[in-house]
Amino acid sequence: MRYAMVIDTKKCVGCSDCVVACQNENRVPIGYCRDWVIEHAKGAFPNVSIELRSERCNHCENSPCVRCCPTGASHYEEGGLVMVDRGACIGCGACVQSCPYNARFSHPEGYVDKCSFCNHRLKEGKSPSCVSVCPTNCMYFGDLNDSESQVSQLLKNRDWKVLAPEVGTKPQVYYLI
Amino acid sequence: MSKSRREFIKISALSFGGLVMANPILNAMIGQVQAGEPIDASKIKPVPTYCEVCFWKCAGWVHTDEKGELWKIEGNEDDPHCKGRFCPRGTGGLGMYNDEDRLKSPLMRVEVNGKQTFKEVSWDKAFRFIADKMNQISEEHGPESLALFKHGSGGAHFGKLFKAFGSRNITAPSYAQCRGPREVGFHATFGANINSPEPVDLENTKCLVLIGNHIGENMHNSHVQEMSKAIDNGLEIITVDPRLSTAASKSVHWLPIKPATDIALLLAWMHVLVTEKLYDKAYIDQYAYGFEDLEAHIADKTPEWAEEITTIKADVIRETARKMAYHAPATLIHPGRHVTWYGDDTQRLRAMAMLNALLGSWGRKGGFYFPEKAKVPSFPHPAYPSASWTWKDYLDGKYALAGSSIANVFVDASHPDNKTDKKIKGWFVVGTNLISTIPDTKKTLEAIDNLDLFVVVDTMPMEITGYADIILPECTYLERYDDIRVSPNREPNIAVRIPAAKPKYLTKPSDWIVRKLAEKLKLSAHFNYKSYSEVLDWQLKQMGFSLAEMKERGIIKFDRKNANLYLEEGEEYEFGTPTGMIELYSTDLEMEGFDPLPNYTPHPEPPAGFFRLNYGRAPMHTFGRTANNPNLNELMNENKLWVNPKIAKKAGIVNGQEIWLENQDGVKSEFPIKVRVTERIGMDNVYMVHGFGKSNKKLKRSNGRGISDSQLVTNVMVDPVMGGTGMRGNFVKFVIDKPEREVIS
Amino acid sequence: MNEEILISGRMNPHIDPTLGIWGWEIPLYLFLGGLAAGILFFASLYTLLGREKELPTAVRKATFLVPIILIVGLGALFLDLKNKLYFWQLYTTIRIESPMSWGAWILMLITPLSMAWCLSYWRDLAPGWKYKLEWLEYIEKLVNKYRKPMAWILIVSSVILGIYTGILLSAFNARPLWNTSILGPLFLVSGLSTGAATIMWLSKEQLERSLFSKIDLLLIGIEVFFIIHLFMGFMASNAAQIEAAGLFLGGAYTLPFWIGVVVLGLIVPAILEIMELRGRKIPVAIPALLILFGGLIFRFIMVDAGQISSYLY
Repeated sequence: MRYAMVIDTKKCVGCSDCVVACQNENRVPIGYCRDWVIEHAKGAFPNVSIELRSERCNHCENSPCVRCCPTGASHYEEGGLVMVDRGACIGCGACVQSCPYNARFSHPEGYVDKCSFCNHRLKEGKSPSCVSVCPTNCMYFGDLNDSESQVSQLLKNRDWKVLAPEVGTKPQVYYLI
Repeated sequence: MSKSRREFIKISALSFGGLVMANPILNAMIGQVQAGEPIDASKIKPVPTYCEVCFWKCAGWVHTDEKGELWKIEGNEDDPHCKGRFCPRGTGGLGMYNDEDRLKSPLMRVEVNGKQTFKEVSWDKAFRFIADKMNQISEEHGPESLALFKHGSGGAHFGKLFKAFGSRNITAPSYAQCRGPREVGFHATFGANINSPEPVDLENTKCLVLIGNHIGENMHNSHVQEMSKAIDNGLEIITVDPRLSTAASKSVHWLPIKPATDIALLLAWMHVLVTEKLYDKAYIDQYAYGFEDLEAHIADKTPEWAEEITTIKADVIRETARKMAYHAPATLIHPGRHVTWYGDDTQRLRAMAMLNALLGSWGRKGGFYFPEKAKVPSFPHPAYPSASWTWKDYLDGKYALAGSSIANVFVDASHPDNKTDKKIKGWFVVGTNLISTIPDTKKTLEAIDNLDLFVVVDTMPMEITGYADIILPECTYLERYDDIRVSPNREPNIAVRIPAAKPKYLTKPSDWIVRKLAEKLKLSAHFNYKSYSEVLDWQLKQMGFSLAEMKERGIIKFDRKNANLYLEEGEEYEFGTPTGMIELYSTDLEMEGFDPLPNYTPHPEPPAGFFRLNYGRAPMHTFGRTANNPNLNELMNENKLWVNPKIAKKAGIVNGQEIWLENQDGVKSEFPIKVRVTERIGMDNVYMVHGFGKSNKKLKRSNGRGISDSQLVTNVMVDPVMGGTGMRGNFVKFVIDKPEREVIS
Repeated sequence: MNEEILISGRMNPHIDPTLGIWGWEIPLYLFLGGLAAGILFFASLYTLLGREKELPTAVRKATFLVPIILIVGLGALFLDLKNKLYFWQLYTTIRIESPMSWGAWILMLITPLSMAWCLSYWRDLAPGWKYKLEWLEYIEKLVNKYRKPMAWILIVSSVILGIYTGILLSAFNARPLWNTSILGPLFLVSGLSTGAATIMWLSKEQLERSLFSKIDLLLIGIEVFFIIHLFMGFMASNAAQIEAAGLFLGGAYTLPFWIGVVVLGLIVPAILEIMELRGRKIPVAIPALLILFGGLIFRFIMVDAGQISSYLY
């Protein structure tokens, strides 16, 4: 199994529902977020275009955060999820530095926190909360190893990109463009 | 949530002092669940509600955590308003409950040592005070001299009280300050109102035309969802907007029109459809009245003529008109919502309705469907006394086509300048911040000054509360029952609101407030129940259900009584207009002395150095009411002024710089606003999101963050047809240095 | 115009507007680690070369500073940890790919060794001292017996420690400014240079002073060479690294780096040392302090600027 998220920038309106739903679901304290929304405007009026993207941990296949963690707190789980074991995290900040997406942050309780793809929901057979709340249905979640899955099909049939591929992390959040 | 928030502040304060050490061990020792630890959802029983953060009223489920505290709120899968997905505001609705700046107890204006201040009083004292004043006004002027301004579910309860007391002077700014012109414009054309949610068949639309409508920035939930679904199915969007809105960025054609020239574009589009014979001939022949008049009227409204006015190229006008015709009748010119712009708004909305008519989209798949509403019996009560006059009598024939009451007219009737014998002397304002909803704040304040009684009911210390004689703290929608939600949709349906938590502080639900006040007014016979749950249970049982059952289901959908969602091929149909047909030529407007066919009239342009002030919505906020919501404030905590880079360069202002604005009447913004230099906006206007720049210091999170566009709207262009207040004719210039302000006492 | 903005979310004070998870603790820790490595390197080198007698400061006196430096450095690292009471988790596993891990382990090795080293020379400072604990005597005897093998261990581990201070940063491919393999050697040389400067400063012997003055000059030369290479490497790399180098070439860190680190921390002390070697009278503390100061702010600047540099917006 290889979990991946596919986000359609052609449908996203940047409403940030994913951000607030995640905060509620995962009880992220006010002032911190596990996901965020970026707007990228290019061109000059009136030939302007914008891209809207909901961003989060990319659960990279080649995760620098797992590599540089001195205690093994950052680790891989089934489906390629990159997770943090709170009891093993010393809060040294190395993984925060190692992430080209700045997806990790230091939780006020000391450990480093980030998107978990809502793995507690995955266990119940649900999608991550951001995916299931999105009013534009622009997010998809599934197994890339299953060639029939929606995410596999979308990547097969549409143009896509990942963020900062040059860093070599093999990110698993894909953006349809 | 509130608990973990408090913990968070405490802990972060400690950690900055380097004392974070105690925490993991302590947590381990007392076995506390760490904030952020997933909750076992299987142990939780969610409570049904419908959302109150905006008017869309999506039905959802409130989940509590293992300590019984509110955890999250999710959409109800069966609800056509949200289809299981709440929008950011609904998802962040818990912030309304958690906001520590909420109104907490009844407050009465008192004078201490010559200075006015608010004093906490008991509910009983507040009721006695209000009842005395109401009776006094009733004796002196009649019960009609009490007026109710309302918005949202709480207002409905007060409406009943007003009717029982003898006043029909009940209004909501959502009509004359927002959607009124479209109701009149579409009613004059199709003989039917648009209402809410708009019966647009977006999910089947192939070509969507948005004129000053910003789906995606407005978060009208099901519309956003349906537009997205339609995009998957190859929807082509044409957006007319001086700014690259979110929807414009998803469009095949973005027409960055010169502001205030939309009617010219609409007429030219009709010209192309008619002269190129692209309109739906069979549909027009069967259903429309006055096609020949229209044909003559638009004969000279060529795309070239419109190009001169709108700056949109003639060939783009032709191409887009042909595209609309190609997809018709699955082409939808969306009626929009906030349409009070330039004072000729009814005529503009008429033109939009007529364009829909030419394309044959009314009553057609992908255009407008015929909605249906469930019938809910009303709880028995004695007949309401009749009122000797209403706002209609005050107007004496003016704005005759207004289909609903005009909030600004209530202000006029309360103003010292009102020399008629129909005077308003007391206000109840429930859940609406008139300071930022009704333009011309100065006049509103003069009217307030002239009142004998001013009661404000709200959950938050909005600006309006600062002027009240007495403030009644309403609990949030998460803490109360309210009326059954009945709204028109593809399928008739009802939804309930059950409290998920006890009212915090001393706050109370509106139904309780009304019932207790009615006791003091000796009107208890009208409110013959002990809890509002009795009313709901009675109503539901009449319909064959019960409140207990609704607690499990949240929403019930019914079969349609009228089977047809759309017109059938060649179906005979009588429209609600005087002619029974789709009126391209409006007999209603003609009768009242207005143009039966819309005309373009030029509007004033910004003088040199000034820019037209445009305002709009952000998807994470509702009007000005959510700016202080801790969850939503975090998503967006201030508005910014969009300025074209060329303008910014010329004015010597840079991205992120804080500036003030001054309008054409010399009114300056109270606070500064940060500049966002962006190519998404043209050279002739500036833009900001409405609802920021809160002046009440009690709104700790939002006070002074960004500015209030309402303060700068002093030029109001009233629509002669229905009294709507056009607010897009205000021009601002940049003020770089902090202006000196006279102190307002 | 290219406008990339954060619409919402991620208001984490340590991440936005710029990443700032590491404050003063880590650069201080890196500086002190390099300094300790430098002193230990020379102490073990000259022990192995059999020059203990000629160079008493390098081999003995200066090493008394090392345990203190290491403890202060470790203290700084400890303060950086946000989950402090879990620090012991560092020593439940060895993670070869994590510089932070092998840094922790190398310090675990080098700190007691440096203490034992000092212990064995303690009687130099306080003749006739009697240890109250028997095992301390035992350690002292052991060190004196196996001094050469111990010096071998120390020289290797001090080089590892010195390189580690650079690799801790260069292992982050997310930060274009750090992600260059030259940072390891550069920080090692810089650490050796600060170590040599300290020895030079503490030394009372003319021979020792001028030897370390020459060593320092050589190290400064190598350092300048590495710095030039660092920028050549950046400019020949991808857009993100070119942009990162821009922080020092006209960007926010231009002045502090070129004036503070290069001119005041390298060139001026080099000139002063040359002048002194040619017989001018110059108080040795001035070049030594300048080198130490330069080394310190070099690490502050690198840590700070590195956190600004990124691949995305």
